[in-house]
Amino acid sequence: MSAPALASAPPSRTWWRRTQPTRTAYLFLLPAFLVMAVITFYPLVFQVWMSFTNYGLENLRSTAPAPAYVGIDNYLRILQNNIVIVNFDFVRVLVFNLWWAFSNVVIHVVLGVLVAIILNTPGLWLRRFYRAIYIIPVAIPPIIVATIWKNMFDPTNGAINFLIAIIFRLPPGGFTLDWLNQPNPIIAAGAFVLPLAYFALLTANVWLGWPLNSVVATGALQSIPHELYEAAEMDGAGAWAKFRTVTLPYLRPAMLPFAIYGFVVTFNLFYLSYFMSGGGPFGQTELLVTTAYRLVNEQQLYGVAAAFAIFQFFILLAITLVTNRLAKVTAQFDG
Amino acid sequence: MTTQVGVLPQSTARPATAVAGGQRRLPLRRQLLLQIVCIFIAATVLFPVLWIVSMSIDPRNIARPDGLTLIPPGASLAAFDQVIAQPTANPVSFLRLAANSLLIAAIICVASVGVGVLAAYAFSRMRFRGRETLMIGVLAVLMLPAVATLAPLYVMLSKIQIGAFNLRDSLFGVALAVTSGTLPFAIWNMKGYIDTIPRDLEEAAAVDGASKFQTFWSVILPLSTPVLAVTAFFGFLAGWTEFYFSWQFLDHPQDFTLAMALNGMVGAYGTTPWSQFSAFAILVALPVAVVYLFLQKYIVSGLTIGGVKG
Repeated sequence: MSAPALASAPPSRTWWRRTQPTRTAYLFLLPAFLVMAVITFYPLVFQVWMSFTNYGLENLRSTAPAPAYVGIDNYLRILQNNIVIVNFDFVRVLVFNLWWAFSNVVIHVVLGVLVAIILNTPGLWLRRFYRAIYIIPVAIPPIIVATIWKNMFDPTNGAINFLIAIIFRLPPGGFTLDWLNQPNPIIAAGAFVLPLAYFALLTANVWLGWPLNSVVATGALQSIPHELYEAAEMDGAGAWAKFRTVTLPYLRPAMLPFAIYGFVVTFNLFYLSYFMSGGGPFGQTELLVTTAYRLVNEQQLYGVAAAFAIFQFFILLAITLVTNRLAKVTAQFDG
Repeated sequence: MTTQVGVLPQSTARPATAVAGGQRRLPLRRQLLLQIVCIFIAATVLFPVLWIVSMSIDPRNIARPDGLTLIPPGASLAAFDQVIAQPTANPVSFLRLAANSLLIAAIICVASVGVGVLAAYAFSRMRFRGRETLMIGVLAVLMLPAVATLAPLYVMLSKIQIGAFNLRDSLFGVALAVTSGTLPFAIWNMKGYIDTIPRDLEEAAAVDGASKFQTFWSVILPLSTPVLAVTAFFGFLAGWTEFYFSWQFLDHPQDFTLAMALNGMVGAYGTTPWSQFSAFAILVALPVAVVYLFLQKYIVSGLTIGGVKG
């Protein structure tokens, strides 16, 4: 705040001098915005134009003819589920995608906080050892995690089914549930469909997701002055009352923004759905991002893909606005 | 309130818990109960890791394992030798794939940190006309997934043909496409950190007559080393494990990347022995996992700052 004021310290009325800080700032911003203008903003604007055309494989080469204008056809095709991808249902994919992000984040946060509280127990042995082990999933690239878990859920040779067979004392190879391709959904209520594959994906993502939440929760827990607990104890508070009146108010300001961040990351999580279940069975674990990718990569419907990306933009914008609102409303309770 | 969250864990944490530990002992019964819970959690965390390590050293070169063993009899590193020589059916070695991924990673790294830090500094420290608008521009892009620009970038880069060279069908084109998503993140991440650097030093430099750029170069940049390292690492990671753009853009096996080979091995599960898949996964993951653990402290505080602000 004071730095620019100092820079323009000698009061000058000429326009050139007055705008000096702005010019300096733009000089610093120029390289980044030049790069982003070419590879980020222009493509995004270009995409809006693309979304009103039938851009396809035949328009790709530098000498190819321009695509034809088709109005809002691409948007209508998406809403009418007419985009060549079999089993595509826009509403079902959106509902699943929202539920996927929500269910994951709730479990990640609850588990993360629980483990953080356990590890923060005074006098616990091997605390550092456990912390070092628990951070491992975070350090492995998501694409590797996804491929490993696909392999783990293999019906005949996967580690999960081997383990279940050992636990229930079945003969080796005695348990061959096909987690990722079970055709009958566990829950099917209108547009809300959860196949068994969802629970397999959830397992993998919980494994991947809770540790970082735990680290963030640990930071918040360790910032709580110990006297607060002692004061609460003197007032005769039990474990639950202490958690509610002391721990929770300290956790919320750290965990809530991180949960919102986690929601957006999980909402756009490409790798697990794409590599583990391949969106199956019957496209029931497809997300918006994987659908968008298939439109370009498999269907080569670039115009439709552009329209789909515009839908994605507005959906994400809505999510951002709602979660920011939520954060503000709950922040007021903290005082 | 906003910035404290990320800084607190390191500064005030230790004394509080140390005192707590000394003040009261955990009853043995509860200690043992918690130990059982902790060991169980550790087992769930380690299970996939041990599974993949155990498969990678399986000497039998069978297509798939037939049971759970920690260390298979006659364990060997043969699978590693095989994937280093030729991981997929394409006549490309691991080193070639790694070099391609490394090139993408290096371009992303340099582009997003080098260009981004200047913008991050301007956003953090300067007040100027249009600041809000430009920041919203960066934030709006930040929200989008990488896939959001796939169609237009594919189409646009395909049009850039110079002789036999097509920008889309090149590692450079892939790196450009990935940078389109990593640069806004880099700017935001570094701005969040620079916001937490106290202003006193810069003011002193300004009094001494240093220009904005001198202040940036000799005061801010050295103090930002942790966030530069973390942002560079995230850029590197994005390149090293890049999948969507390279899979869509690249046509020639000699340009293929690590993630593409991994996808090839997953797709060809019937023919690729799982020992080789596991060895390959370990070779890709290990270097970045080690660096991640080294940078962990900075990554976490950066994430909390960014999260609280964003």
